[in-house]
Amino acid sequence: MSLKYESQLREPLVDGDKNYHQVTVDICTPIEVKPSKLWYVGFYISVALLLFGVYSVYREVVYGTGQWNLNKTVGWGWDITNFVWWVGIGHAGTLISAILLLFRQGWRTGVNRAAEAMTIFAVMCAGQFPIFHMGRVWMGFFVMPYPNTRGPVWPNFDSPLMWDVFAISTYFTVSLLFWYSGLLPDFATVRDRAKTKLRKLLYGIASFGWTGSTKHWQRHESLSLVLAGLATPLVLSVHTIVSFDFATSVIPGWHTTIFPPYFVAGAIFSGFAMTQSLLIVVRKVLHLEDYITIGHIEAMNKVIVLTGSIVGCAYLTELFMAFYSQNKYEAYAFFYSRGNLFSPYGWSYWGMMACNVLSPQVFWFRKLRRNVTLTFFMSIIVNTGMWFERFVIIVTSIYRDYLPSSWTVYYSPSIWEVGFYLGTFGLFFTCFFLFAKYFPVIATAEIKAILKTSGENYKDRMTPIEKEEPAEFVHQFAH
Amino acid sequence: MAKKKFVVGSFDNEDVLFPAVKKVRTAGYKIHDVYTPFPVHGLDHAIGIRETSLHTAGFIYGITGTATALGCMGWIFTTDWPVNIGGKPHFALPAFIPITFELTVLFSAVGMVITFCYLCQMMPFVKKHHFSLRATDDLFVMVIECTAKTNVDDLKAFLTNNGAIDVNVQEAEPGWWFGRYDKDQQLIRDTYVQPV
Repeated sequence: MSLKYESQLREPLVDGDKNYHQVTVDICTPIEVKPSKLWYVGFYISVALLLFGVYSVYREVVYGTGQWNLNKTVGWGWDITNFVWWVGIGHAGTLISAILLLFRQGWRTGVNRAAEAMTIFAVMCAGQFPIFHMGRVWMGFFVMPYPNTRGPVWPNFDSPLMWDVFAISTYFTVSLLFWYSGLLPDFATVRDRAKTKLRKLLYGIASFGWTGSTKHWQRHESLSLVLAGLATPLVLSVHTIVSFDFATSVIPGWHTTIFPPYFVAGAIFSGFAMTQSLLIVVRKVLHLEDYITIGHIEAMNKVIVLTGSIVGCAYLTELFMAFYSQNKYEAYAFFYSRGNLFSPYGWSYWGMMACNVLSPQVFWFRKLRRNVTLTFFMSIIVNTGMWFERFVIIVTSIYRDYLPSSWTVYYSPSIWEVGFYLGTFGLFFTCFFLFAKYFPVIATAEIKAILKTSGENYKDRMTPIEKEEPAEFVHQFAH
Repeated sequence: MAKKKFVVGSFDNEDVLFPAVKKVRTAGYKIHDVYTPFPVHGLDHAIGIRETSLHTAGFIYGITGTATALGCMGWIFTTDWPVNIGGKPHFALPAFIPITFELTVLFSAVGMVITFCYLCQMMPFVKKHHFSLRATDDLFVMVIECTAKTNVDDLKAFLTNNGAIDVNVQEAEPGWWFGRYDKDQQLIRDTYVQPV
């Protein structure tokens, strides 16, 4: 009899006939063998995109933000759209690792490592946009509050843009610490299996001399739990603060109190979609179907349909408020600039509605939730939709606000702004390819910890009584 | 630090490990440590180590962060640089909340991780003796420290009877030192084996 009991009704989280050693072998093998040709192809494409992005950024640094077709009216274009989009994607990792840890959701163990990695890389990409949007990026250190010889001149702590600096940098730091502290025991596993000298050296450095001592595990557990407790409100605060960038302004379409929950739900929505896109590929290529099961995919699809519906609710609330407030600027933003399909940017609003509100509704059906191909397709759709959402919020609100004389005709990005966006894709996927090759993609120690309660072969052995004599079982386990 | 003599018993099942730990302790042996590939719940209490106070440290770091944020922003906007921002009060507490919260979390998280590494003596290039390489893979490795009174053969037999799949004796440095895992490095200080 094992230490902990889990019902037969729950699907196993680890499929197949596994023991502890088998888990180690399955997860460490991709690190120890040469990557496939496909890996090299993907990696070099990512690096090429990254280099194109670097050149685009170089153009912007030399010639200014005019290179992006930004003008006096549309001062926030693709760059801030992309910033909000990437930060949103970065929310799923910490949600999975922190909030689901506090909620004791066993299925998080299969996906948390990769999702956290995704978070860190996405936040790295997001950070590039506000930094280079400064225009004079070499003055970027002005955001740091320190006693200086300029007065001292301090940053404005009352400004949401300043809160963003603190929120994003704290979020990045805490996610990185959380991720890395979880990686220590797994790096030690790779180190102790290593056959080559280089691998012994590198994973020896990376594992900080981890031994697996009981006292260390005890502290590690305490650390993970408290970091999860800290990261939970942090996740919610980060996108809340990002939404304050808009909500505290007086632009029609932005000045609403609904923004914080609406942004957080949208962030989780897009983050889970990105997690799906990545993990469906990773589980296939690295043969990890036993650890990232259909059950995991289904669980994430449930979160997608929930958050997608919350976002849909928020869209409808906004529309209603635009009517109910009887504010003509608000009504113009919602019923002309956005709602009218034939207005200059109407396409983006209806694209957003189709991708974010209508299409995820397919996940109400269990059969479709468990369909891998459909899930992959939907994850792309959802992320496109979420990009549209940020574009709608930013551009349709500012291209025509109050004074018709300051309206702009039609803003479309230049090749260098698109290049910057592609460059962050390059950065993201370069990092992710390296992660998939050199890091344990699944939290090995955590999988071992749940193996005997949630592993397929152990579950069957554990309680035949539940299957054979349900009445007796209820009697035994009823309190 | 001196090298010590240890009897090392490896178990392949945590359900066998628990009764064995209990019996070893009742028999009066001193468990140096148990190395496991994942956190085994209840093992810390079974081998008699006290609860960690790491979370208390985290709380103290957290309130340090709160105090730092409020103190700094308050001082800057009331004393050092009292600039009028849209007619808001100089000490605009609601506007200070987001940064105060972020710094609380940041201080607490960074402080805890550093404390964790300090307490566990973990750092890049730190090396320790590994009693079994499979302790990070699939074995639960119980390490018992030999004292002058310990009868090694008895202890080995005792462990085998209690389900250990492999028992051996090792002389090892229990502390840590700087080293690389791709090299067999001796300690900088010359060590000797304690007479048993």
